[in-house]
Amino acid sequence: MQHRYLPVTEEDRKEMLEAIGVSHVDDLFADIPEEVRFRGQLKVPQAMSEPELMRKLKQMAAQNLDFEQYACFLGAGIYDHYIPAVIPHLLSRSEFYTAYTPYQPEISQGELQAIFEFQSYICELTGMKVANASMYDGATALTEAGILAAAATNRRQLIVSRGVHPEAREILHTAAKGRGLEVIEAELVDGVTDRDKLASLVGKETAAVLIQSPNFFGVIEPLDVLGELAHEAGGLFIVSANPLSLGLLEAPGNLGADLVVGDVQPFGIPAAFGGPTCGYFAASEKWMRRMPGRIVGQTVDLDGRRGFVLTLQTREQHIRREKATSNICSNQALLALCASIYLSVMGRQGLKEVAEQNLQKAHYAAQSLAKVDGIELLFSAPFFNEFALRLPEGLVPAELNRKLMTEGIIGGYDLGRAYEEYKGCMLFAVTERRTKAEIDRLVTAVANACLENKQMSPRDGEVKER
Amino acid sequence: MNEFHEPKLVFERSRPGRKAYSLPACDVPSQPVEQWVPKAYLRREEAKLPELYEVDVIRHYTMLSRRNFGVDNGFYPLGSCTMKYNPKINEDAARLDGFAKIHPYQPEETVQGALQLLYELENDLAEITGMDEVSLQPAAGAHGEWTGLMMIRAWHESRGEKRTKVIVPDSAHGTNPASATAAGFETITIPSGADGLVDLEALRAAVGEDTAALMLTNPNTLGLFEKEILKIAKIVHDAGGLLYYDGANANAILGQTRPGDMGFDVVHLNLHKTFSTPHGGGGPGSGPVGVKKELAPFLPKPRIVRNEDGYYELDEDRPQSIGRVKSFYGNFGILVRAWTYIRSLGPDGLRQVSEDAVLNANYLMRKLEPYYDLPYPQHCKHEFVLSGKRQKKQGVRTLDIAKRLIDYGFHPPTIYFPLNVEEAIMIEPTETESKETLDRFIEAMIAIAHEAETEPDTVISAPHHAPVKRMDEATAARKPVLNCSCG
Repeated sequence: MQHRYLPVTEEDRKEMLEAIGVSHVDDLFADIPEEVRFRGQLKVPQAMSEPELMRKLKQMAAQNLDFEQYACFLGAGIYDHYIPAVIPHLLSRSEFYTAYTPYQPEISQGELQAIFEFQSYICELTGMKVANASMYDGATALTEAGILAAAATNRRQLIVSRGVHPEAREILHTAAKGRGLEVIEAELVDGVTDRDKLASLVGKETAAVLIQSPNFFGVIEPLDVLGELAHEAGGLFIVSANPLSLGLLEAPGNLGADLVVGDVQPFGIPAAFGGPTCGYFAASEKWMRRMPGRIVGQTVDLDGRRGFVLTLQTREQHIRREKATSNICSNQALLALCASIYLSVMGRQGLKEVAEQNLQKAHYAAQSLAKVDGIELLFSAPFFNEFALRLPEGLVPAELNRKLMTEGIIGGYDLGRAYEEYKGCMLFAVTERRTKAEIDRLVTAVANACLENKQMSPRDGEVKER
Repeated sequence: MNEFHEPKLVFERSRPGRKAYSLPACDVPSQPVEQWVPKAYLRREEAKLPELYEVDVIRHYTMLSRRNFGVDNGFYPLGSCTMKYNPKINEDAARLDGFAKIHPYQPEETVQGALQLLYELENDLAEITGMDEVSLQPAAGAHGEWTGLMMIRAWHESRGEKRTKVIVPDSAHGTNPASATAAGFETITIPSGADGLVDLEALRAAVGEDTAALMLTNPNTLGLFEKEILKIAKIVHDAGGLLYYDGANANAILGQTRPGDMGFDVVHLNLHKTFSTPHGGGGPGSGPVGVKKELAPFLPKPRIVRNEDGYYELDEDRPQSIGRVKSFYGNFGILVRAWTYIRSLGPDGLRQVSEDAVLNANYLMRKLEPYYDLPYPQHCKHEFVLSGKRQKKQGVRTLDIAKRLIDYGFHPPTIYFPLNVEEAIMIEPTETESKETLDRFIEAMIAIAHEAETEPDTVISAPHHAPVKRMDEATAARKPVLNCSCG
């Protein structure tokens, strides 16, 4: 069988086997004991031609409802944002996407410079001194930050706010078990981390306080106040921030953060059912040599020309093995490049504008929804592009979402999934991609659902009485 | 000197007043930002991003791409990295709206196609590796290793045992011991035997009541098959430990042999190697992890399950699970590519992949054997390791040979790995390279061996035809400049 990806012809095979000095390809596998040779045919689907396969793929894809057909108000860590047309074109340059990690700087200057610029962008946005070449995603970056803090302070306790994404906290718990670290969750009040409770939790064992801002509910945390608590206890202050919000909000580096992490998915990366995305990791200079992951540095070549190399590699697993700062070996280079291109497109003005549109549209939606009879905003604290609502008694989030779906709307996140105390509450995200007409449609649909619910409830009551 | 030789940074291209973006006007009634967010929370100083117009952006990144070398540019025989061709249909598949523009928290009934794809890919990978269940959650190979080790730890704990040590051969990839540390284990490194394989005596001496697992790559990093694998498995299992298969590079085994049949309990794969998904200049990758039945309860959650009526669901109710290791369901876009690749080749094609990969590697190895030292002369699998010892005596190091290959139009092989070979040159051609390409590479390697004898300076000062010369890496590490501070 001659496959389009496989060039070896019968003639080639004959010549090559002769050069090797064996008569059959099977002879090259003779060192595999017969007991473990696989002699059957793998039970995987038979090969399909390219057109057949593309048709099948389109059928599978068509079974998913996507953002082109539906207006998406889901956020909770993944967002439907504007992706400038230049991005897919540039990312399709196969010199980038078919390359390996730039270990050979002489023929990898393009990637190395792109990463150096990514690091520069991240420093600029976060107000930090150094950043690495990127991480798997924002959640794993947060975990790595916690591990760094434990090693740096020689303490074992991480205090994480319940305002941090529930999945990021789950990952932190998993990883902490491996590293023998203790994770304590700090309570919220009115949607922000409870300062007083946090104050009672921090102590001599605290390696770090981990806060997300805007947090999972979209609410902006009082970072400076929380950071002081971490520092007074001698721990590090770790902030996870949606980088798009930093077009408007103060850089965490100016509010006392020692490590700043997050996910650059809002910068041109498709939602893609949640991945791949790209984490960022920034630190104050003091922690530079403890950072996980790859780092690119500027230098010169033999002719004195500016160039870039992977540097500070003595932290990494391929040199340090079991003593490495992390086991991480890859990064998300192509998506770091994506984020860089996005920032180059948006520029100084564009980033501010898009962040402000998120803010304005989310507030318009929140205000409009709050006027619906039966709906109330869950928190009063300031928020960015997401907000939490309480639905009227009797209307459950899954049911509302089903109704919204019939109106062409992908609804919000059911907060009861992760927060027992917020059953019947929902989180909505409104990005710059949502038009006023779509928001109004959402509000009308929610109002209709609430009305129906109200009309239904007495009947429910009757049932109960009987 | 033109810009190709010393391009500007993106920040240096900025010209105030230019713009490259296009947003519609804000169509909702707006209020001053301060009405929504207290001033203290707002940025005092705006982020100093460059101001470019669209053509600047295109030219800048196109320029950078021209200073980069990928598989589409030419032969990339980077050992242990499996730099095979990245099929274009995979890219188109991942970009379909129904895959690229869906949200992980959409109701299950609206993402049945995506869940079905994940479910099928799990089954395919389980079949290929001979394991019972697979999780697609880990983001990369090292992440898969760590996930696997966390499951091994949980399995021992569930049996009331506290086992603290993970054994790795000295030829192992550095991520193995680093992942062991991250999972709370101590690493024991055992030396390889003279034949480059696991020394059974050393293994017997190393195992004991504290052995949690042996991590093994098979074929190992020398490209050699551990032919005593059944004995190895027995030694470890008899001691109460588990067998971990580092399948980062599984390009020799597709349809030939399966880790599950060899006695391995846990395996991870790198889809960005064996399953043709692009490396992307360092990521994103994907590192699924497969296990035997007894370890399945410990897999990361959620699991994807298929109901009797063919409906796909996410199951979070897994009390023994090690928990979540990554947001959402893994690197879905990469998983779409791997699913597509498996269906492009089918069972016979996959077997052909491994046969041709092994054929190509052995052909290269035999052709180069007269010119470079070959410490382990038996047939190799998908890759092999030469030593530059002979050339070192002539004053030319492996690093120099690697750099000189750039002048001949090739990406260098992996060098100085594995650590148990002096001046190692690790070559993996993959199955997607033609005999003509291999022959050109052989000619270049022979020419360089000749140059090392006759004009070593040409090799030592290489590359001569790359966009830049060798970099001052020492200064980069001693006085780190990690961002341009020129925003």
